Amino acid sequence: MTAAPVPRLPGPLLAARNILTFLLRVPTSAFGLVVLTILIVTAGFAPWIATHDPYVQDLNNVLQAPGNGHLFGTDELGRDIFSRLVWGARITLTIIFLVSIVVGPIGLIVGTTSGYLGGRFDTVMMRITDIFLSFPSLILSLAFVAALGPSLNNAIIAIGLTAWPPIARLARAETMTFRKADYIAAARLQGASPLRIIVKSIMPMCLPSVLIRLTLNMATVILTAAGLGFLGLGAQPPLPEWGAMIATGRRYMIDSWWLVTFPGLAILCVSLAFNLLGDGLRDALDPKQMNRR
Amino acid sequence: MSINHLRLRSALGQAGTIAVTLLGLLMLTFIIGRMMPADPVRAIVGEEASPEIYQQVYLQLGLDRPVWEQFLRYLGDVLTGDFGTSIRTGKPVIEDILHVMPATMELATFAILIGAGLGIPLGVTAAVNKDRWPDHLVRVFSLFGHSMPIFWTGMIALIVFYAGLGWVGGSGRMSQFYIGMVPDRTGFLLIDSLISGQFDVFASAINHLILPASLLGYSSSAYITRMTRSFMLDQLGQEYMTTARVKGLSRGQTIWRHAFGNIRVQLVTIVALAYGSLLEGAVLIETVFAWPGFGQYLTSNLIIGDMNAVMTCVLIVGVIFIALNLLSDLLYRLFDPRTK
Amino acid sequence: MEKPILEVQNLCIRYNGAPVDAVRGVSFTLGRERLGIVGESGSGKSTVGRALLRLLPGARVTADRMQFEDLDLLGLSERQMLKVRGRRMSMILQDPKFSLNPIQRVGHQVAETFLRHFSVSKAEAKTKTLEMLAAVKIRDPERVHDLYPHEISGGMGQRVMIAMMLLADPDLVIADEPTSALDVTVRLQVLTILDGLVRDRGIGLIMISHDLNLVRNFCDRVLIMYAGRVVETLDARSMDQAQHPYTRGLLAAQPRIGGPRQPLAVLDRRPEWKEEPAQ
Repeated sequence: MTAAPVPRLPGPLLAARNILTFLLRVPTSAFGLVVLTILIVTAGFAPWIATHDPYVQDLNNVLQAPGNGHLFGTDELGRDIFSRLVWGARITLTIIFLVSIVVGPIGLIVGTTSGYLGGRFDTVMMRITDIFLSFPSLILSLAFVAALGPSLNNAIIAIGLTAWPPIARLARAETMTFRKADYIAAARLQGASPLRIIVKSIMPMCLPSVLIRLTLNMATVILTAAGLGFLGLGAQPPLPEWGAMIATGRRYMIDSWWLVTFPGLAILCVSLAFNLLGDGLRDALDPKQMNRR
Repeated sequence: MSINHLRLRSALGQAGTIAVTLLGLLMLTFIIGRMMPADPVRAIVGEEASPEIYQQVYLQLGLDRPVWEQFLRYLGDVLTGDFGTSIRTGKPVIEDILHVMPATMELATFAILIGAGLGIPLGVTAAVNKDRWPDHLVRVFSLFGHSMPIFWTGMIALIVFYAGLGWVGGSGRMSQFYIGMVPDRTGFLLIDSLISGQFDVFASAINHLILPASLLGYSSSAYITRMTRSFMLDQLGQEYMTTARVKGLSRGQTIWRHAFGNIRVQLVTIVALAYGSLLEGAVLIETVFAWPGFGQYLTSNLIIGDMNAVMTCVLIVGVIFIALNLLSDLLYRLFDPRTK
Repeated sequence: MEKPILEVQNLCIRYNGAPVDAVRGVSFTLGRERLGIVGESGSGKSTVGRALLRLLPGARVTADRMQFEDLDLLGLSERQMLKVRGRRMSMILQDPKFSLNPIQRVGHQVAETFLRHFSVSKAEAKTKTLEMLAAVKIRDPERVHDLYPHEISGGMGQRVMIAMMLLADPDLVIADEPTSALDVTVRLQVLTILDGLVRDRGIGLIMISHDLNLVRNFCDRVLIMYAGRVVETLDARSMDQAQHPYTRGLLAAQPRIGGPRQPLAVLDRRPEWKEEPAQ
């Protein structure tokens, strides 16, 4: 018997549509979806949405209050804050994307292999995740960035290094429930190697819950990235990263409130959006909840 | 006999696990320290030192030895309580940290009181009114606290409540005017000012503490609320709740005496863990409020690359976390009759 | 016949969001006797018990009459119900593993009933509790008083439950499957204790069960419920003269020692029984 490719594309697509309808029916998660759509559109069309060049300084026009052709005012170097926020959306999206690319596979590989193989390997891997989990993520990221040197890329690496253990834990727990399943035993009897079983049979099963968990973690990732930027350990000036914008605006905050207010609102909106979306996803995918509605 | 034996074995096993975790922690901080771009020798001898002196210090620090030997040396130092000297202050790192810790603990303790005081009632309310408007309201309120960048909220709060309304004190632990007036006995300003009978300093300290503590508390209440809600929901669905109602207890009495009574132990463990996570928020909030605590010590050393100080700070946070985990585990065993 | 304790006429219960009534047009009266309600799971028998105590927050309960002694149960406010529950009417739940609070001492839980309804000191409540524990044949009440539910056996747990529910001397006790969670060996023991107390104190008992044999041995009268409706009311002694095909089916499905060694009859369930008028 050969594993014939089953046409199952419609299944996931249908499920995705159902989940989407569910999320849009609940106002809170609908808000999350809308904000994230705005974020993606803004990042994608930044050159067309921004009213000014985010890097061009205008020293005759510094610390302008909102209005007068500058929707959110100007900063201490006369740059348009709205345009910087719009370009900053690209940085935020980059962080989200790169962290997911680092964290997802590491967590998935560590979790599934240690869950499937068990024994010594599992014990050692779980000890290692324990060690990583015994720090608050910001503190560990701080330490990594300090070691690697402050920059946006290093901040992303540091966040990636600290964000994988919960994913690994989750993937391991999922794997443990599949490991004993009959179809895995069948694959083993056919002589499939552990590698093949993990990649072909276990990883696809773990993928949905890992993706949900990644969404839920994104709020934390964004806050950590902003925090690093704020401490001067993330994106460096003149990059329009939101946390770094707040850090430079801090000196002027008492007289020019708009320097810190708008970037902060942007961070708050995006992280709230991820939290609300994650919350909604959890409800949408919890069968117990579905039946009750 | 055999039960005692088993208990001893599990205790030994747990001690082993902790030892391994601690060793891993040390390895991690050692690796981070080694990766640091700052040259530890240059940091000690200064820019103008001659190559001979540089070489001498280089050998003194054992940097010519293999990595594992350096690690063993680090391990030995740490075990004997030697965490190295801070380059910035020139004092032993551990002394510095002990000096700044009370400020952070004062802040964190107030924050956790506010966080638990807010989160527990909200969580109970949400659970009791599951899927009705109070539940939704609590959910949004706590997710909001969980989503805000605390350094930003801190600034906005300073703009509004300090600069705008003048309700609270601004940065620091007390007004500039009082600095140095209270003898440093315990390091806890609230206690020191009371001991020396300087009540105006005490008032000023409270005035400065209230804003950062409230913000930290609010952000930690999100976690406490969510856990309280889910613990309560577990209990509310139990059959013994019906028993209590059959006995003639009102709904409120069953909720507080039975359901809430049964989650108290779990709540204590959750609050202990939340206390640890406050350290994370403290790093940011202390920077905003110029709070002379652990968080500020860590960040200011990070920026100048003071290796010993950073490694020790990270190590201490890890140890605090492990200790709190252990403590919550212990509390659970002590106070839940089912684990006996 | 003496004045009945409980009169129920045309009781209907519908859970919120459900398309049909869970209980439809149930009527019965209860004197100082032991009434059994028998039916399979989902027949609405437990729902009736909870409706009498007004412990169905997610359901709409209607009846032409629901008179408990001098009280109209449907007309009482929640505040007044608090004085009825535990004091005048109580209920023994199915499984002591779940129905006792796992982290409170047994004695404390039993005494709570008494302290709730009588203004007495803790010491008096304790004396009363110990007496009651002894009355349910717990040999060492002082010791059991200070134990936690997980430290006692199921049979003892159910005796504690009985003590708790009879402590305030109610007039009516509803026993909802009181022995189904217990080992077969202790079932009889627990039932005998309950039966003795109910008889001695002249308490009305409603025993809800799926076990026809048990009910027929411990009750005076039996209601047979099917799909939310009472299909037949019988004297426990004249059970064999049942008219309704459903009851006969239930009886036929009982194995008997010494009976014929053929496969047992399969229970017949016909849709028209759902619609047939009760009685």
